[in-house]
Amino acid sequence: MATIKIPPVLRPSVGGEKEVQADGADVGAVLRALAEQHPATQSQLFGADGSLNRYVNVYLNDEDVRVLDGLDTTVGESDTLVILPAMAGGAA
Amino acid sequence: MSPSGAEVIRQIRSSVEEVDPSEVKSGNGAVLLDVRETEEWDAGHIPGAKHIPRGYLESRVEGVVGSDRSQRVIVYCASGQRSALAAHTLKELLGYENVASMNGGITLWKDRGYEVEVPRTLSKEQRERYSRHLLVPEIGLEGQTKLLNAKVLLLGAGGLGSPTALYLAAAGVGTLGVVDDDDVDLSNLQRQVIHTTDRIGTPKVDSAEIAIKGINPDVDVVKYKTRLDASNIMEIIDGYDVIVDGVDNFPTRYLLNDATVRLGIPVVSASILGFDGQLSVFKPHDGPCYRCLYPVPPPAELAPSCGANGVLGVLPGTMGLLQATEVVKLITGAGEPLIGRLLLYEALGATFTELKVRRDPECPICSVDPSEISDEQTGVFPDYEAFCAAAG
Repeated sequence: MATIKIPPVLRPSVGGEKEVQADGADVGAVLRALAEQHPATQSQLFGADGSLNRYVNVYLNDEDVRVLDGLDTTVGESDTLVILPAMAGGAA
Repeated sequence: MSPSGAEVIRQIRSSVEEVDPSEVKSGNGAVLLDVRETEEWDAGHIPGAKHIPRGYLESRVEGVVGSDRSQRVIVYCASGQRSALAAHTLKELLGYENVASMNGGITLWKDRGYEVEVPRTLSKEQRERYSRHLLVPEIGLEGQTKLLNAKVLLLGAGGLGSPTALYLAAAGVGTLGVVDDDDVDLSNLQRQVIHTTDRIGTPKVDSAEIAIKGINPDVDVVKYKTRLDASNIMEIIDGYDVIVDGVDNFPTRYLLNDATVRLGIPVVSASILGFDGQLSVFKPHDGPCYRCLYPVPPPAELAPSCGANGVLGVLPGTMGLLQATEVVKLITGAGEPLIGRLLLYEALGATFTELKVRRDPECPICSVDPSEISDEQTGVFPDYEAFCAAAG
């Protein structure tokens, strides 16, 4: 099972967890498994056509899946996926 | 009978390789080391040379020259005598295999009409104030001089800007620009440590100036009591060496990115929320830009603000000081700046995660050569509010 690191904005959708485990042979399958376990993440991760939302970055270990094979990137048992939406908090 | 000092020097000079200044001028990858006293160095030295007074040679050489014993090192002094002795020490005692002494020293160098650099000298008070920087080989007088000549713009005198401003002031950054249109509020003081209870209601730029000047009267503070927008950004940011981004909204972050890429100004960017922080350095064309990392902003429900969601008061301190560190590194050239890397800090678990950020060859901003952008286009920006709102 791959480990998925959940960003602060998505934690309420996964019961407050910072990390969850999900099964899948590639990035798309792992993320779909996550959305099945935690349906509230579905619309935050995926668009209506099933593709990953453009404002969500996903990293396999430390590499952006956009420079790998995207959702088709193979995921191993001990891999970590990092989900990362932009944050803008700062001055206020 | 023991040999005389003059005899010892003669012997050592005959055993050390001596090179002509013309050979030194051509460079060839050698480290050029000046072993004269500090006052002599300050009066003028060979550009690009490193400096260790001969009395500190053994203790500082590895920090300055490096520990690679095969590194070519050429030592010089005023006339070639002290440098021969130092070269002898480097070779015989410290094991540097490829050491030479420059014949005739800087005196012959000057006679040849070669270039001499006269460094900015520090006042006695500055020498004392920055003494701990001067002792660090990676900063030293050269780095401190760069800091004193540097102009850094802080976007926001808030959570991130507060610690950054305080430490950059202490470090001796010569000019600190501060952009903020807010006044100090009681709810700011849980984290915005540049402000004080007795300055509630004061414009943040004024409050920040008082704190900065209190730490270091040398710093020139330039205040912009305004909100950065498309109409004023080019005018405000032009001429700054580094920009520290701690703004609280996406439209300004995208605007800042596009303007800094066009002007070639590096941005040290951080953001915070709750117990989480992100940090990266966007140096135009050396690495990715903000749009390479985040092509489009998230919708509003996935982009809560600290005002709405709260933030651990210490967190902007941590992230702001990581920003200040990156600023000092960019100015002095020390170390490896966080270019092309994104650092995530999660305070509750006390974990750091580093991710790679790649340049996007399709990036609408940084894939375009800035020289191909006409004057008419520079400073003309799309409607970022609409761009960010549309993403929602």
